[in-house]
Amino acid sequence: MNNATKEVATLDVTTTSGGATKKADSRSVVLRVLFYLLVVVIIVFNLFPFVWALLSSFRPSSQLFSTQLLPTALTLDHYAAVFKDARFVAALMNSVIIAGSTVLIALALGSLCAYALGRLPFRFKGAVLYLILTMTMFPTISVLSGLFVMLKTLDLFNTRQGLILTYLIFTMPFTIWVMTQYFRSLPKELEEAAYVDGASPLKVFWDILLPLTMPGLVSTGLLAFIAAWNEFLFALTFTVTDTMKTVPVVISQFAGTTAFEQPWGSIMAGSMVVTIPLVILVMVFQYRIVEGLTAGAVKG
Amino acid sequence: MHTPILVLETPMNDYSHASRGRILPGSFLAAAAAVFMPAAMFAGVTIHFAGDSDVGEGGRWTKVVAQEWAQKTGNTLDYISRPNDASATLQLFQQYWAAKSGDVDVYMIDVIWQGIAAAHAADLKKYVKDDEIKDYFPRIIENNTVKGKLVSLPLYTDAGVLYYRTDLMEKYGYKEPPKTWEELAEMAKKIQDGERQAGHPDFQGFVFEGKASESVTCNAIEWVYSYGGGTIIDPDRKVTINNPNAIKALEEAKSWVGTISPQGVVSYGEEEARNIWQAGNAAFMRNWPYAYALGQDPKSVISGKFAATVLPKGGADGKNAACLGGWQLMVSAYSKNADAAADLVRFLCSAEVQKKRAVDLSELPTRPAVYKDPDVLAKNPWFANAVDILNNAIARPSTVTGADYNQVSTVFFQSVNKVLTGGETAPQAVSDVERVAKRIVK
Amino acid sequence: MIKEIDLYARQKRLAWFLIMPSVIVVLLIIAYPTIQVLVYSLLKYKLDGVTPPSFVGLDNFAFVLSDPDWWSAVSNTLIFTVVSVILESILGLAIAMVANSKFKGRTLLRVAILVPWAIPTVVSAQVWRWMVNDIYGVVNIILTDLHILPQKIAWLATPATALPVIIAVDVWKATPFMALLLLAGLQLIPKDLYEAGSIDGATKVRQFWAITLPLVTPTLLVALIFRTLDALRVFDIFYVMVGGQGNLATMAVYNQQQLISFLDAGVGSATSVIILVIIMLFVILYTRFSRTSFE
Repeated sequence: MNNATKEVATLDVTTTSGGATKKADSRSVVLRVLFYLLVVVIIVFNLFPFVWALLSSFRPSSQLFSTQLLPTALTLDHYAAVFKDARFVAALMNSVIIAGSTVLIALALGSLCAYALGRLPFRFKGAVLYLILTMTMFPTISVLSGLFVMLKTLDLFNTRQGLILTYLIFTMPFTIWVMTQYFRSLPKELEEAAYVDGASPLKVFWDILLPLTMPGLVSTGLLAFIAAWNEFLFALTFTVTDTMKTVPVVISQFAGTTAFEQPWGSIMAGSMVVTIPLVILVMVFQYRIVEGLTAGAVKG
Repeated sequence: MHTPILVLETPMNDYSHASRGRILPGSFLAAAAAVFMPAAMFAGVTIHFAGDSDVGEGGRWTKVVAQEWAQKTGNTLDYISRPNDASATLQLFQQYWAAKSGDVDVYMIDVIWQGIAAAHAADLKKYVKDDEIKDYFPRIIENNTVKGKLVSLPLYTDAGVLYYRTDLMEKYGYKEPPKTWEELAEMAKKIQDGERQAGHPDFQGFVFEGKASESVTCNAIEWVYSYGGGTIIDPDRKVTINNPNAIKALEEAKSWVGTISPQGVVSYGEEEARNIWQAGNAAFMRNWPYAYALGQDPKSVISGKFAATVLPKGGADGKNAACLGGWQLMVSAYSKNADAAADLVRFLCSAEVQKKRAVDLSELPTRPAVYKDPDVLAKNPWFANAVDILNNAIARPSTVTGADYNQVSTVFFQSVNKVLTGGETAPQAVSDVERVAKRIVK
Repeated sequence: MIKEIDLYARQKRLAWFLIMPSVIVVLLIIAYPTIQVLVYSLLKYKLDGVTPPSFVGLDNFAFVLSDPDWWSAVSNTLIFTVVSVILESILGLAIAMVANSKFKGRTLLRVAILVPWAIPTVVSAQVWRWMVNDIYGVVNIILTDLHILPQKIAWLATPATALPVIIAVDVWKATPFMALLLLAGLQLIPKDLYEAGSIDGATKVRQFWAITLPLVTPTLLVALIFRTLDALRVFDIFYVMVGGQGNLATMAVYNQQQLISFLDAGVGSATSVIILVIIMLFVILYTRFSRTSFE
């Protein structure tokens, strides 16, 4: 039995096992149809508001709130307005840098810590885990003024580093908990062979365990990235100059002539543009979650 | 960066108004600027000004004008855009104020934040002479004066007005806009029924803001005042809300929900109401002046088919009410360059700049004299009515309650909202408000 | 033998080195704000710039705990949390299992399931608010066109209809979070177990209950903790969709009202501490219930 092969739990109705009878054949066709129906329902349910928002981003403003479902004309004005704003592009860059950095730091520090908590002997595991979790238990508004003062004192106010630091509040606990869980559930046999061979704990981590936790790393990384990307309150409060602003802040500043007016077309267009890098990121990384890894290193 | 000519570019969105693209000689503004700044008086300081988002037309316009000032005085302007949402803005500013930060010199603040901001504002009486102060609407200056300190100067003002569809009024045989709320209800019902029968099932008689937020505080205070029910707390700190007229006002408003106003009106803010109105689905709307220019946009369905006037009275012996809104400019008490900052404030609120603002952006000036200007009236004929409206505008009791205003407003808007949804009776509501208000002004 | 002890000691030492940086970073960031909240909760402190703070002991806590608005907020938050987390867990697991399978179009599915989570909350809350509007909202238009509804409903007008809508929006938004974590968790289950099960004649349903569910539970637990944490602190969705409506506040909305609107740092901080305690109770409940220990 090769426990090192991590494979998947599936609702696998698309491959018939050997020896299926004719009765099972027609049953499996029905199941397959139902399955695909389920897939369609899930996709529609998830994408409907997004598609509708996408459609709205192309609607002329005068038709945005008509009671007709479909627009009679389409326009690119909203996208033009969004891209004409040089700050939007700069904000995209900022968001990438800030979200990317906080995730990298969280994954780096976090997975090391998680490895220790998940596989090494240590007396105060529960205490550490709870301590780290407590970080995220305050409503964000409560820590806002404290962090504001702290950043100003440390001269990190209105800097990218300052914002990245505050984002660790939610990326680190999450990363540590998920990865700890991941490391814990890997079978012990994996390491034993390596230790017998004389490998150091760090080598075991790097060569064997870390690759196996790739699904966990990718999931955590994606979710943390998205959370940091969309974060609004800290980004708004801790940045002042345009060069430092992130995308959600810039979108919140889309205004008409007066602040009463919400330029929906531009807001929708901006949101679409903002979501696309995330979609690409998911497309690139999603297969790493499920393709599974084979730990060739442990064989033998 | 040298910008000798003030040019308003046409932004590429659908809200282009006819006024876009006008070029005005920079020399005009230069002359105005010269009145305020003997050259190089405040040699080369940087003034940080937090104003409307400069992505929007209003903010952009203000930024350009402020930069003109900076150039003329040899200073530098650093423009900081605030978020669109007023609450998010207040929250943000509060962080700066709590930290006594000198990062921002001039703040653009809402008319109801005077009490909250007072401790963090420089007293503008030090920088503005009395006869200059007299040039502004007295009600607004009164509102902006907290315990003798002039917290801010009014940049532009707002008041609740009644919008009505002139084409539909004509179609159903009405010659004049309604004078009382009862008349409005009658007209709205007739027009609504008629239009629905004519094939517009989504047509509504009257849309307004009923959402449990500051929006409904403004609407409700207009109803209450128009019936002679006072303004919750009067300037002598006496709680007046619990009276039969106020109760009558709220009951009248409740009667509109589900008859001439959609059920959802209890969750509408300004934009929801305007969305229905501007799509042509309402006969009457209560909203702020900003909706006027938007409705007159050539691409709008109702362009040229509506007008605005003062809100109706509560019964024949009621009064016309208009809730005072608008934004003000304050100088931070922690500013390191208060003189220059105050000068910028005076400049942006000056008569010349206000006139330009009225012509270019159709925003209401805060100086009565500007309303007589022929250019202003040519562009905004309906401003002729506005002076009366503004002279009688009612301020919410924010100045008298100071930093506690939000608590009063919260209990008021929650109670009113409950009346509108039927969760509470009007007498119960006003008594709840009275109880909390009394505790606060004690 | 000596080699074993040696290894053990090395591992212990290494553990300290690996854990300390994270703990230090955490402490550095959170120390000051936490202390500030704890201190302020014991003060009468109005942020109006003039009134100096004064010590009042547990008065603020007494105020909050005797405020009916607070308890209404707690009740809303708990109902919201329990219902949405349960729905999100069930749907999340179902979607994770579907996304795990090999079929054509699975990339589209895997991307699609993340989209709701990817759109900024303030934007999606506004979009939904727009979509459920009683006059021009697309939800009402479609439901009445299909004759599922006799007439358009003002969903956000009363708590009875607004709370389900808000929960639905949150389920829409947060199920991807659960689904993605559970998808990763499903990877930890060795396939041989399923093969063994099939050989023994167990049906797919039996395999789910006997194999999948028990083995995905640890991951489910972590996902549950974080999802519950977020749900108990929910703010944006309620604030954008129903604003300050009295009977539709959540704990975080109440907190924000005290702290920002009413400028009451004392009561606001006490509220924060109470929220912290409630969340801690939930976490302890989860770990007890699942009999998980960390050692």
